[in-house]
Amino acid sequence: MGTDHMSTLYIARSRAIAARVLGGEMMIMSARDARLFNLNRVGTIIWQAADGATALQEIISQRICVEYDVEPDQALQDAEAFVRELAEHGIMLLSDQPIDRPSILVPPEGPA
Amino acid sequence: MSTLIEEMNERALKTGTPLSVQFDVTYRCNERCVHCYLDHDDHGELTAQEIMGVLAQLAEAGVFFLCFSGGEVLMRRDFFQILEYARSLLFCVKIKTNAFMIRENEADRLCELGVQSLQVSIYSHRPEVHDAITKLPGSLKRSIAGIRLLRKRGMRVVIANVLMRQNLEDYLGVVALAKELGAEYTVDPTITPRMDGDRSILRWGVGPRELERVFRTPELVGNVEKVCAPPEAVDDDIRDGLPCSASHTFCYISPYGDVYPCVQFPLPTGNVRRQKFLEIWNDSPQMNEVRSIRGRDLTTCSSCAHLGTCSRCPGLAYMEGNVRGPSTQDCEKSLARTGIPSAHMLAKAAGSQRAWAGSGLVQIAGLQQAT
Repeated sequence: MGTDHMSTLYIARSRAIAARVLGGEMMIMSARDARLFNLNRVGTIIWQAADGATALQEIISQRICVEYDVEPDQALQDAEAFVRELAEHGIMLLSDQPIDRPSILVPPEGPA
Repeated sequence: MSTLIEEMNERALKTGTPLSVQFDVTYRCNERCVHCYLDHDDHGELTAQEIMGVLAQLAEAGVFFLCFSGGEVLMRRDFFQILEYARSLLFCVKIKTNAFMIRENEADRLCELGVQSLQVSIYSHRPEVHDAITKLPGSLKRSIAGIRLLRKRGMRVVIANVLMRQNLEDYLGVVALAKELGAEYTVDPTITPRMDGDRSILRWGVGPRELERVFRTPELVGNVEKVCAPPEAVDDDIRDGLPCSASHTFCYISPYGDVYPCVQFPLPTGNVRRQKFLEIWNDSPQMNEVRSIRGRDLTTCSSCAHLGTCSRCPGLAYMEGNVRGPSTQDCEKSLARTGIPSAHMLAKAAGSQRAWAGSGLVQIAGLQQAT
């Protein structure tokens, strides 16, 4: 695939998006250009695990390879290509360091 | 080939997901538009905490598109707190506003929070016309200034141009203004009754001849030939089709927590102060009643040539007295577009003829008595 491997790649979901799981698949809209993306189940797993603190390699070994019959190296290579494509559209953040994301507000109590 | 949005809609329909919600966070407003259908007093709005509780439920229910509207949303001092929370839940947020209160700080925050688009009502490019409709002096100037601030930050702005008798000659001016501002333009020639049932504001609506002209103006409707084409033949697919997205993939929440099938569809289905949102969405008998209606179930409209292409609004039909009945304003639009009267109009005309014939006989009888 010709992708340059970083020693360790951290991924975080961008906040400049809208996203929701619909029928088991993740729908994501880029706030930058309103482009809509539909992630398959593997993409959805990677997306949901992209907390900025967990390395992509760890996500692949602990979340993908245990569920799918795939070689870890091949899975990592495909996943890198996938997250780089998302990053090009501004919906995923990549770094060789853990990514410190602004915390999500604490959900309030439901209506009384 | 269907687009991803169409696929999303189909998936939402199949899974019973409320894909879109309009949430009016206040009915208070700084403008007093002559044609507005709302009561602007505060009768006990939801608090920010209550609204955020509902937003968490909407996210859990699968809502993707969230439109904040009012009233004027910025009349709420806590609006940005609500917006920030909504964006943290990753809704695709659209806002309807008059942009009067958008200054540098507000524009910055709207941009930072990743609001997808803002819809701003502009009635005319002439202050004397626009401000006479909003009854707020200086409102056009301030709204345009607000739009400029948003556009300067690259935000998507849609100018909504409601057409009525007062501003009918100004639409090309508003189209040009939108172009100059780098905003999109959308036109709406429908004035709707007030939510309390008062229909007196309908007098501001454009007449049938003006409506015909609107539908034949490419700057307003795009492809005139397509918009004004005769209706397609009605088949079983159309008869089995859904009248609109209300209750299927869309619903509306008022500032008081009332949940309705749509914005102007005042059929109460529940209240989020007393019930969980999903309980209302899934189990409300009224919501399910609206959901059950198909084209073939509509009285009069099921036999109308326009069934497949009519913009019939079930909410307006409900306000006319029958959720399965026709919406006269949409019949008028179908006639203006195609020159073909609707089944409802033909039935009314036949009824009038019968009534006229009846009254004529009475008159003749009276004359005979007099002689």
